[in-house]
Amino acid sequence: MGLMNRLGTVFKAKANKMVDKAEDPREVLDLSYSQMQDMLRQAKGGIADVAAAKKRIEMQATDHKAKVDKLHSQAQAALQQGREDLAEKALQRRALILEEIHGLQPSFEKLADKETKLIANKDALERKIQAFATEKETLKATYTAAQAQTRVNEALAGIGESMGDVGVALQRARDKTTDAESKAAGLEDLIQRGALEDLTGGSGDDIDRELAQLSASNNVSSELAAMKAALGTGTETKKIAPNSEGTK
Amino acid sequence: MKIRILNEGQFEVSDALIKELNQLDERLLAAVNDKDKGAFASVLEDIHVKVVDQGRRLPDEYIGPSDLLLPDKDTTLDEIHEFLGDEGLIPG
Repeated sequence: MGLMNRLGTVFKAKANKMVDKAEDPREVLDLSYSQMQDMLRQAKGGIADVAAAKKRIEMQATDHKAKVDKLHSQAQAALQQGREDLAEKALQRRALILEEIHGLQPSFEKLADKETKLIANKDALERKIQAFATEKETLKATYTAAQAQTRVNEALAGIGESMGDVGVALQRARDKTTDAESKAAGLEDLIQRGALEDLTGGSGDDIDRELAQLSASNNVSSELAAMKAALGTGTETKKIAPNSEGTK
Repeated sequence: MKIRILNEGQFEVSDALIKELNQLDERLLAAVNDKDKGAFASVLEDIHVKVVDQGRRLPDEYIGPSDLLLPDKDTTLDEIHEFLGDEGLIPG
C-alpha cells in the first residue's frame, strides 16, 4: 500500500468518527453543515490574520529600507568630510540590515503563497457549503431509502475530507505567519538589543552625531579662516586703499 | 477512482492511470520512509502532473469522498509524518 492510500485512509477515518458518533446520520448532516460553516468562519479569520501580519511585516520592511538609505547617505556625508572610518561603520551597519531584510523575504513570500491557497480553499468551501445546503435537505427527506443512506454516508465522508483539506491550508497559513513574524521580530529585537544599536533612530544616531560634530568643527574652522581672512583683508584693504584712491 | 490533491481539489482518474500511479505511489512511500527529500519531491511532481493532465477535475460542488489522497507539492516530509500520526509508516 502506497502513501496516497494511507493518507486517504487517515482522512477517511477522521470523517467516519463524526458519522459514528450520531445515532441517526440525518442529525450528522445538520451537524456537518454547521461544522462547515464554522470552518468557513475560521478560514476567513485566518485570511484576515495573514493579511494583517503581511501588512505589519511590509511596514517594518519599509521602515528598515529607509534606514538602509539613510546609512548610505551618512556614509557619503562621512566620506565627503574625509572620515573613512565613519563611512565604513555606516556601510557595515547597512550591510547587516540589508542581510536581515533579505532573510525576511523568503518567509514573506511563503506566507503570501499560503494566503493565496487559503483563499482558494475558502472559496471552494463556500461553494461546497451552498451545494450541501440543498443536498442535505433532499437526503433527509428521502433517508429511509437504502440508496439515500449510502449517499448520506458518502456525502459526510466527502464533507469530512474537505474540511480536513481546508484545515491543512489554515494550519499552514498560520505556521507561515508565525514564521515570518518571528523573523521580523528577530530583526526588531536585534536593533533594540543593541547589536545594531544607534544605527538609525532619529536623534540618537551616533553616526549623525559624529557628522554633526564634524560639520560643527568644520564650521569653527571655516569661521576661523574667515576671521583670519577678514583680518588679512583688513590690512590689505588699507594697503590697497591709497592705490585705488590714487587711480581715481 | 477519485483522488484528492491536498489544497487543490478532487480529480476523477481512469483505472489505467491508477495502475501507473500505484507504482509511483510505492516509490513515494519509500522516499518518505527513507526521508529522501529529493526523491519525494520528484516522484510527487510526477504523480501530480499525471493526475492533473490525465484526470478530470471535479467541481467544488461535488460532495463525496476520494479513494486516494495526494499531498500537494508544498507538503514537507515532516507534514507527511504529522498526517500519518501515531499510525506510522510501517505497514501492519
